[in-house]
Amino acid sequence: MKCAVRFVVVAALWAGPLASAGPGQGAPASAPPSGVVTPAVDSALEARTSAIASQLRCPVCQGLSIQASPSELAQQMRSVVRDQLAAGRSPADVQAYFVSKYGEWILLSPAPRGINLIVYALPVLLVLGGLLAVVLAVRRWTTAPAESVTH
Amino acid sequence: MNGLIGHGALLISVAVIVLGIGAGVMAGRLRTQDWINAVYSAVYTNFALVTIATGAMVVALVTHDFSVSYVAQVGSRATPLFYTIISLWSALEGSILFWGWVLSLYAAVVVWTNRRRAGALVPWSATALLSVSLFFAILLIGPANPFHLVYPVPTDGPGPNPLLQNHILMAVHPPLLYLGYVGMTVPFAFAVGAMLSGEIGSNDWIKLTHRWTLLSWGFLSAAIIAGMWWSYEVLGWGGYWAWDPVENASFMPWLTATAFLHSAIMQERRGMLRLWNVNLVVGTFVLTILGTFLTRSGIISSVHAFTTGTIGYFFLAFIALVLVASLGLVAGNSDRLGSVGHLDSAASRETVFLLNNLFLTVFMFTVLVGTLFPLVAEAIRGVKVSVGEPFFNRMSLPVVIVLVFLMGVGPALPWGRASRDELRRKLVPPAAGTALLLAIALAAGMRNAYALAVVALAGYSIVANAREIVIGMQARHEAHGEAWGVALLKLAGGNRRRFGGYLAHIGVFAVAIGIAASSSMRSDREATLKPGESVTIAGRTLRLKSVWGREETQRSVVGATLEFVENGRVAAIIEPRMNFYPASQQPVPTPAVRSSLLGDVYVNLQAFRPDGSNVTVKVIYEPLVPWIWAGGLIVVLGAITSILPQRVRVAREADARQPATGARGALAGLHANVEAT
Amino acid sequence: MNWRRASLGVAAALPVIALLAWGMTRDPKDIPSPLPGKSAPSFALSVFAPGQQPLARTIGDTVRLADLRGQVVVLNFWASWCLSCRDEHVTLSAVARRYAGKPIQFLGVLYNDEPVSGTAWIKEMGGQSYASLNDPGARTAIDYGLYGVPETFFLDVHGRVAYKQTGPASAQVLARVADSLLAVAEKDGAPTKRNQ
Repeated sequence: MKCAVRFVVVAALWAGPLASAGPGQGAPASAPPSGVVTPAVDSALEARTSAIASQLRCPVCQGLSIQASPSELAQQMRSVVRDQLAAGRSPADVQAYFVSKYGEWILLSPAPRGINLIVYALPVLLVLGGLLAVVLAVRRWTTAPAESVTH
Repeated sequence: MNGLIGHGALLISVAVIVLGIGAGVMAGRLRTQDWINAVYSAVYTNFALVTIATGAMVVALVTHDFSVSYVAQVGSRATPLFYTIISLWSALEGSILFWGWVLSLYAAVVVWTNRRRAGALVPWSATALLSVSLFFAILLIGPANPFHLVYPVPTDGPGPNPLLQNHILMAVHPPLLYLGYVGMTVPFAFAVGAMLSGEIGSNDWIKLTHRWTLLSWGFLSAAIIAGMWWSYEVLGWGGYWAWDPVENASFMPWLTATAFLHSAIMQERRGMLRLWNVNLVVGTFVLTILGTFLTRSGIISSVHAFTTGTIGYFFLAFIALVLVASLGLVAGNSDRLGSVGHLDSAASRETVFLLNNLFLTVFMFTVLVGTLFPLVAEAIRGVKVSVGEPFFNRMSLPVVIVLVFLMGVGPALPWGRASRDELRRKLVPPAAGTALLLAIALAAGMRNAYALAVVALAGYSIVANAREIVIGMQARHEAHGEAWGVALLKLAGGNRRRFGGYLAHIGVFAVAIGIAASSSMRSDREATLKPGESVTIAGRTLRLKSVWGREETQRSVVGATLEFVENGRVAAIIEPRMNFYPASQQPVPTPAVRSSLLGDVYVNLQAFRPDGSNVTVKVIYEPLVPWIWAGGLIVVLGAITSILPQRVRVAREADARQPATGARGALAGLHANVEAT
Repeated sequence: MNWRRASLGVAAALPVIALLAWGMTRDPKDIPSPLPGKSAPSFALSVFAPGQQPLARTIGDTVRLADLRGQVVVLNFWASWCLSCRDEHVTLSAVARRYAGKPIQFLGVLYNDEPVSGTAWIKEMGGQSYASLNDPGARTAIDYGLYGVPETFFLDVHGRVAYKQTGPASAQVLARVADSLLAVAEKDGAPTKRNQ
C-alpha cells in the first residue's frame, strides 16, 4: 500500500510536463487522427531554433545546451526561442534577450570580444608558433654533419 | 572493528612512508644496498597496509557495518551486493582510498620488477612515488577519513548516489580511470628519479618510462571510452561527450601521454627531444593532479564534482608543491637536456612525429585554456562566462582533422629519409581510401564539411596503415614462404610495438568516424504517445505497447514498452525506464538503446501520466555510435599488443640505433624496414 | 642542477598557483543576475491561490505589473516540489501579513508546477497570506532570468528591480530590503496606494 502511494505521489510530479506540453506551448501537433504522431510542422524554423538553442546554456543542468537538455526549463526556453524567431527577430536579438536576462554566462561560447579573445586566439597562435619552431628545428637538424645515406 | 583496523593501518602507513622517504633520500645519495633495501621495504609495507585498509572498507561495506562513516554515507541494506562493493569508489573518501591503494600497488610492482637494476634511478623513483603516496595518506587520516566512528550506529543508510547504481559500466569506468590516471605517476616518478640520479641524459630511463606510460595510457584510453559509453547509456540526452571539466581533466593527460608515446621513440632512436620528453612526462602528471583538483575543490562546477570541503585546500597545497618542484627540477636540469639532434631529411617519419607532438600539445592547451578561462575571465572582468561544447568543438575539429591525416602519413613514411619516388609510392595510393569513404559518406547523406573531412582523411589513413601491415605480410610471405595468416601473426609477434601502433591507429579512426557520423547525421523526435500510437524516426517505426510500474528492492521503476514495427510485424521491443530512488528528489532515467552495426535507436522516457494513459518519449537515431565503442576496444588491443614483451630485442635494437643504412639486399632491406620499430 | 633556471621555473609556477588559489574563494554556482537596476519585466498572470484576508485576491483575476506601479513589489518564485521553498514559506507569509496596509505587495509565482499541486501544498503548509499566480510555460520565470527556485525579486516603486534573493529568504533580509525600499518611496513622495 505504501509503495502504491509513493508511486502515485512521485508520479504526480510528472503530470506537470505532460499538462504543459499541451497545444499552444510549442509541443508537437495535438490529437493525431491516426496512430502516428506528426512532428513539428515547420522544419526550417526548427532548424533555426536548434542552431540558436545549441548556443544557449541550460541554467539547471551541468554544461548542457538547451537543445540537448531534456529538462523542463530547457524545453520552455526553446519555446521562447522558437516564438521569437517566428515573430521575426534575428538570432542576434534572441541571444541578446537571453544575455539580458541571465548574463553572459548563458552563452556556451564566450562572445568573441575583449578578453574573451584569448580563448580563441591562443590556440591559433600556438599552432603558428609551433609550426615555426618545427620548421626551424627540422632545418637545423637536417644541416647534417654526418653523411646522408639511402636505404 | 573494521574502522579501527582501517584507520590504524592508514596511520601506520603514514609513518612507514615518512621513514621510507628518508631512507630513499639516503639511498639516492649514498647508493648503499642497505638504504636501497630499506626504501624498497617501505614501498612493499605501504602496499600491504593500504591493502589491509581497503580490505577492511570492503568488508565493512558488504557486512553493512554502519559504524564506519563511509558506510553510513553510501551503504544501504537495500542495495544489491554488486553495487555495494563498487560503492567503494562512489563518493569522495572511498575514491581517495581507492586512489591510494592503486598508487601503492603501482609503486610495489615498479619496485619489484626493477629491484635488481643498478644505480640510483629506482631508489629515487621509489622515493618520488612514496612522496605522492604521502599526500594521499595524509588526506586519508585527515579530511578524507572514511573510517570515522559513527555513534550511535545507524541501522541503515541512504545508499550510493542513484546515478551510480543504474549501470554496470559503473563497475568498469572508475577502476580503469584510476589505473590510468594514477598510473601516470609512474612515468613522472621515473623522470624525477632520472633527474635526481643524474641519469636523465641516458636512454635507459626513456625505455622504462615508455613502457609504463603505454600501460597507463591503455587503461586511460579504455577509461575514457567507458566513461563516454556510460554517459551515453545513463544520462538520457543521447550524447557521450560534453566537454565537462572532469571529462577534459581526463582527456588532457591522455593527449600529452599520446604525444610522449611518439616522441619517446624519437629519443630512443635518435637521442632527440630529451628536454621535451621530460616536460611531457612531468606535464602529464601535473595535469592529472590539476584535473583531480578541479573536480574536488569546488572551483569549477561540473557534473562529476564531489562534495567540497577543506579537502580543496589540501589539493591546492599539493598542486602548488608539485608545480614548484616539477618546474624547478625540469628547468634546473634543462641545460643537460639539449637535443643532440640530427635528421636525414625533412621528408621522414621523424618530421611527422614532430608535427604530431605539436598538434597534440596544442590540442591540450586549447582544452586547458578553455576549461580554466571562466576563472580567468572572472578574475579579470568580474563577470562569469561559460566555455562549453560549441567552443571546444569548433576549436578542436581542425586539430583532429590534421591529426587523423598525420596518423596515415606517419606509418607510411620511413625513418630517416624518403626519396621522391618513395614518397609517391607511399603517399598517393591511400587516396583511394579517401575517395571510397567520401563516396560512401556522401551517399549515406553526410553533408557537414568537417565530418566529411574527418571521414575522408580517416579513409586515407586506414588504407595507409593497412597497407603497411599488408606490405609486411607480403615481405614475410616472399622471404619465408609463410601463408598469409601465419605471416600476419608473425608480423604482429615480430614487432609488437609497431603492430600495436597500427592497431591503435585503426581504433582511433573507427572512433573518429563514429563520432563524425553520429554528431553530424543525428536525428531526433519527441512525441507524446498513447498505447497503440507510433512515432517514426530514420525509417523505423516504434509503437507504444504499454506503460508499467514496478517495485524493486532499492527503487521504484516506471517504464514504457515500445515495439519496433517492420512490415507489420514486431521486430523487437525496447523499454526505456525512469527510476525513483528514495534518497533523491529527481528520478534517474534509464534510456533504452537498440544497437546495430550502422547505428543506434535511442529512446528516453521524458514524462508520463500517473494513470499510464500516455507517455512522452524522445527518440534519437545515432548513426555509427557502436563504432566508437568498437574502436575503443581496438585501441586497447593495440596497447596490449605493444606492451607484451618481445623476445630477441637486443639484436634488433642494435639495428634500430643506426640511421637507415644501405648495403642490404632489397628484400632484406624491406624486411628490416618493417621489422625495426 | 642549474639553480638560476630552477628559480625561473618556480617563478613560472606562481601565477598559476595564484589563479587556482583565488579560484577557491569563488563559488561557481553563484551567478549574478543582470536584472538589478533595470526595469522589471512586465507580466500579466492570473491568480490561482487567493491568499488570506486582508491580502486576498480573487481566483482567476489577472494581476498586471503595470497596475502595481507606485508600490514596492516582492515577487517570490516557488514550486510544490521545491524543498528549500518550505524553509521560507512561513517567514514570507508572516512578513507579508506584518506589512499589510503599507504600500507593498507580496506575490507568489508558481514555477513549472500544476496549480492543483500548488494549492494542495499551500493547504499542507497551513495557508499562504498573499496570493499566488500561475506562470504557464515559465515565460515570466525566463523573463526574470530564473535559475531555480526559490528566488525572490524586490521591485521598487518605480518598477525597477532593486534586489534579487537566490535561495530561501530570511526574515531579516525581507524586512531590511522592504524597509529600505519603503523608506525611499516615502522620501520620493510616491502616492501611497492601499493593497488592492
